Amino acid sequence: MSDWLLIAGMAVLTFVPRYIPFGLAGKVTIPPLISQALSYVPIAVLTVIIVQTTLIRDREVVLTVQNHHLIAAIVAFFVSLMTKHQFLAIGLGLVSFLMMKWLSFG
Amino acid sequence: MPLSTRTFLLGARDTTPLIIAAAPFGLVYGALAINQGLSEALVMAMSIFVFAGASQFVTIALLASATAFPVILATVFIVNLRHMLYAASLMPQLAKVSAWLRIPMAFWLTDETFATVSNRVSRAKDDKHFTAYYLGSAIFMYSSWLFFSWLGMTLGQKIPDIKSWGLDVAMVIAFVTIVVPLLKNYADWACALTAGVSAILTYHWPHQTGLLFSSFIAIAVGVALGYKNNTVITAIKTKEKTKNV
Repeated sequence: MSDWLLIAGMAVLTFVPRYIPFGLAGKVTIPPLISQALSYVPIAVLTVIIVQTTLIRDREVVLTVQNHHLIAAIVAFFVSLMTKHQFLAIGLGLVSFLMMKWLSFG
Repeated sequence: MPLSTRTFLLGARDTTPLIIAAAPFGLVYGALAINQGLSEALVMAMSIFVFAGASQFVTIALLASATAFPVILATVFIVNLRHMLYAASLMPQLAKVSAWLRIPMAFWLTDETFATVSNRVSRAKDDKHFTAYYLGSAIFMYSSWLFFSWLGMTLGQKIPDIKSWGLDVAMVIAFVTIVVPLLKNYADWACALTAGVSAILTYHWPHQTGLLFSSFIAIAVGVALGYKNNTVITAIKTKEKTKNV
């Protein structure tokens, strides 16, 4: 029973931050400086998530070829930068990850 | 506003690469959750009613370490604050959407749908098919998430060590391919660089407070350096506004 209460609480606390700005849209005008700031949200937030999940393995910064996540992210970064092709970048990133994993076991 | 079926399907299509990347995430969630001892109904209920990958993962991890429920809830809230930033940046597009439609749209706001939709917004500011595109992306993402959670739950009962396969790499790769096309000028690059450096310096902060701190610092750098471009854009926008009046 208390597990269901936890899920209910999670549902509310996940929904509310998503909804507040949507509910206010059209009723309040956003100052230009704020809307400028908001345009940087995707770059800022996603980069932090990328760096924290690639560079940090098991709560330590790992900058070696043993860090397969890092290698895959670097491959995806350059493929994306040079070709602008999302499918290709994701595919080659995954292939490089699997190859690294396979090589390290071989 | 008419809902264009074509635009709806386009939204779904444009989200496909991200959904493929999120699939392993759903699989791992389902597998972890069921191996954590949650009932099948609870595992699926979380995907159905919460629908937030990061929150669901954090919850499973915290349940594993027998964390008190209020702490779990506080963590979930903080992890989700980035969605508030996402939603705020879509406010201009939501202004014309009916009040009741905003409720499911808010519920379905995820990293994947935000990335796809904001990409379209950056190409075409005034988009009368915005709602159809958004719903196409969101509904496809939601149904995929439910399917892969279920599949992970089913497989997880047979393959308990699925979490050690490193499947989360797909999500990171997908995020990389979202961010790179957004890096158009030096202010964007500076924003990303700041985010990256600060992410390393703050990763040990509790409950993803480092994520929020780093994001705010990076946004501030972007705004400060992008200021010259911005004043020009704002001036053009103000001109357009006065024309319309």
